[in-house]
Amino acid sequence: MTSVLIAVLVLALLGIAYSQGVSRSRLLAGQTRLHSRPQYHGALVALWAVLPLLVLLLVWLLASGMAQDWYIASQLPVEILPGTTEYASAAARLRNIASGFGVAGEAAEWEATAGAALAQFNTVLMLAIVALGAVLGVVGMLYMRSRLTARTRARNHVEAFIKAALIFCSVVAILTTVGIVVSLVTETVRFFTFVSPFEFFFGTVWNPGYSTTSNEASGSYGMLPLLVGTVMISLIAMLVALPVGLMSAIWLTQYANPKLRNAIKPVIEILAGIPTIVYGFFALVTVGPALSGLGDVLGFGINATSALTAGIVMGIMIIPFISSLSDDIIRQVPRTMRDGSLGLGATKAETIRMVIVPAALPGIVGAILLAVSRAIGETMIVVLAAGNAPILRFDPTEPTSTFTVTIVTALTGDADFASPQSLVAFALGLTLFVITLLLNIGALAIVRKYREQYE
Amino acid sequence: MTDLAQTATGAPANEAEANARRRAQVRRSLARRNRAETRFKMLGLGSVLAAMAFVAILFGNILSNGLPAFWQFTLETEITFDPEVINVPDRPVRQAGQSDADYQAEMLGWQRRLAMVNWNRLLIAGVESAMAEDGVTTEIDARSAQSIIDSGARFVLRDMVIADPSIIGQTRRLNLLLSADGDNWAKEKLSRNLPDERQQLSRPARDVIDALMESGSVHRSFAWHIFTNVDSRSSPASAGLAGAFMGSFYMMLVVLLLAVPIGVASAIYLEEFAPKNRVTDLIEVNINNLAAVPSIVFGLLGAAVFINIFHLPLSAPLVGGLVLTLMTLPTVIIATRSSLRAVPPSLRQAALGIGASKTQMVFHHVLPVTYPGILTASILGVAQALGETAPLLLIGMNAFVANIPATPLDQSAALPVQIYLWQGNENRNFFEERTFAAIIVLLALMILLNALAIWLRSRLERKA
Repeated sequence: MTSVLIAVLVLALLGIAYSQGVSRSRLLAGQTRLHSRPQYHGALVALWAVLPLLVLLLVWLLASGMAQDWYIASQLPVEILPGTTEYASAAARLRNIASGFGVAGEAAEWEATAGAALAQFNTVLMLAIVALGAVLGVVGMLYMRSRLTARTRARNHVEAFIKAALIFCSVVAILTTVGIVVSLVTETVRFFTFVSPFEFFFGTVWNPGYSTTSNEASGSYGMLPLLVGTVMISLIAMLVALPVGLMSAIWLTQYANPKLRNAIKPVIEILAGIPTIVYGFFALVTVGPALSGLGDVLGFGINATSALTAGIVMGIMIIPFISSLSDDIIRQVPRTMRDGSLGLGATKAETIRMVIVPAALPGIVGAILLAVSRAIGETMIVVLAAGNAPILRFDPTEPTSTFTVTIVTALTGDADFASPQSLVAFALGLTLFVITLLLNIGALAIVRKYREQYE
Repeated sequence: MTDLAQTATGAPANEAEANARRRAQVRRSLARRNRAETRFKMLGLGSVLAAMAFVAILFGNILSNGLPAFWQFTLETEITFDPEVINVPDRPVRQAGQSDADYQAEMLGWQRRLAMVNWNRLLIAGVESAMAEDGVTTEIDARSAQSIIDSGARFVLRDMVIADPSIIGQTRRLNLLLSADGDNWAKEKLSRNLPDERQQLSRPARDVIDALMESGSVHRSFAWHIFTNVDSRSSPASAGLAGAFMGSFYMMLVVLLLAVPIGVASAIYLEEFAPKNRVTDLIEVNINNLAAVPSIVFGLLGAAVFINIFHLPLSAPLVGGLVLTLMTLPTVIIATRSSLRAVPPSLRQAALGIGASKTQMVFHHVLPVTYPGILTASILGVAQALGETAPLLLIGMNAFVANIPATPLDQSAALPVQIYLWQGNENRNFFEERTFAAIIVLLALMILLNALAIWLRSRLERKA
């Protein structure tokens, strides 16, 4: 009800103010030449009418709950102490009575009166806000309308407002980065009050003893086992993705005819659009058992959930990433270089191996760095298929764990948010963020430099 | 000159011999080089084929494992709503002047009485009547008979009574879902040769299912409830995706309403208005890096800021939507900027030349040309957000929720998280198939979104 009323109020004000502005400026236009077209006058008046109203509503949205709580506190008998469960249930009963829903059974007399008073308070407050909003809007409208002259630079004002809104939107991206950095850093600092940074970065044992009773750091938080697991899985992924991705890109750019190429490229890129949870489940249910069966045939044990399983599937996921990036990069190698090599009698393969790939190498390295950063930050595949065994070992056929897996287990458990068992997720997140940031910056710098070289 | 002539005439035999040797050498090496060329080419072709084979294996695996889950076994039988079993007073009627709360309390009391009814007796009687109808004479104890039918059938019967209390005393012909174990047995997912103690169902239950399958009372029907039911722990056979679907829907709504306007506005500012200075450079680098930040870091941001500082509710689609918005924003910005950049400068110059202001030029002339690009980018961004799982786990969306969320502030699941939850279910035999089915639904939605993007782009570009 309230929201409909407010929406009607805002829309009505918007319409009235706009038409007032337009008609006023049409009137002025009869006498002299206008600086701006009538629409801009209308928009300006509408802005003046609606902006104060919106600010007021925002304040109300934030403060109305507070006002109601304050009024309820003044209505409840003093015997009921704030903060107790009786207080909360009494307040809830009052709210129910006030909203007309009522309470089951007979309400106490004081409850009935207090509830009625609360309902009245709510109505009065709401009407007051709406009335105040309407008055503010009308005043703003009348003020701006009276100030409209033929020389009012309405268009410039409206455009300045638009520009301010655009700037506000671009700041959101910056705020996100700031939010990420600030939240990660503050929580990490909190974590380091429990565990020393030295122990965290160089410890070789990961065993955060989950205790529900104390907030003490009772276990060891050495991240090296996780780092080794992360690097191992990323390495395996790159061993799968790099040859297949790069050779596909080479074949598609150098050998395939354009029709075939246009048909094949989207098919490969389907791999990039599949959600990672799907890969994770595929790894867990299909690839893991298959690998373990293969291990039995070959005579050595491969665990169904292992670094190998996660790495291979992650490699499949990264193939289109490598192939489309290398595709772009190879196509930027100037045609003259290729033609020169072919003209000297080199075969196509020789040209590719000795001329095109070396020329494209910096760009390809950049693409590899980007792919590695993606592999390190990948979560769902490793959560499902890597086995979550944070033990320092270098055997890819054994279960292992990574940064991302540990972040998920730390924050989805039952541990208190302020305990080191949870806070460690932020320390790991910060490490992950810094590593991927460095990789990305490096990769972007290399790719940009490479692009300039051939432009 | 003379030197050359001399060598040419001086050692003609020698020269010819050397040439022949060289030619032979080249021919020999040429064969080797051509073989290398073929090998290299085959290697490339092999890689492409391998990549395509991965696509085929992945989809083949998902479809072959998941499609059977859309057909579940049901038992068609007569259920008698026996008034002796359903021993409840009449449904309360709202009296004049009764407050909402009193009426609701009375209604809840009535429903509690209904919930305490021994519905299992009706189900067991239903199994027995099907057996009698088909002439199956196997001895079966009550417990085994009950284990054949999904426990969710109790709620189906209860809801029928709530909807229409006059049904008490009547007999209806119903299609009841088999329990997860019964479905596993009927689909032969467990080896039939396993000894009794390793089977999930007792021997009489298995025999009855086999007999009823033969006579046709137990048959496959399309499992519509996968789309209409919510998740359930106690009755896995009737667990569905409706709650997760609504949760994902609300999140995508939030992403569309926030990420697209903010992303497009920000791209317009950066591409058209921003002065080229260090601040804009910083924003640009920042956006590029944000696009490559691992998604789980956004989850950490959500946990620390939205949950821990702003105290927004856990597992709410609103919070999930906000986190996914921040994650999708860079994608939308980058795509919009590249379509703005593709607009020919002549269009801008023409608009400015006839006296448009910069804002008018952008909003009246440049932006309309880029609508197809922006639209495609937005849809693709939403599709990407739809499949994202990791950040949602960190804001508590891995909780079990058995409701369809009514508002974006209610607890809810989401499609990818539902996949995560189902893959972890202990009843692996039944839920593996079910998880693949959920994956099919998720992928179908994503493919639909992508197809929509492609279709819209081709349509709009033809018009433009």
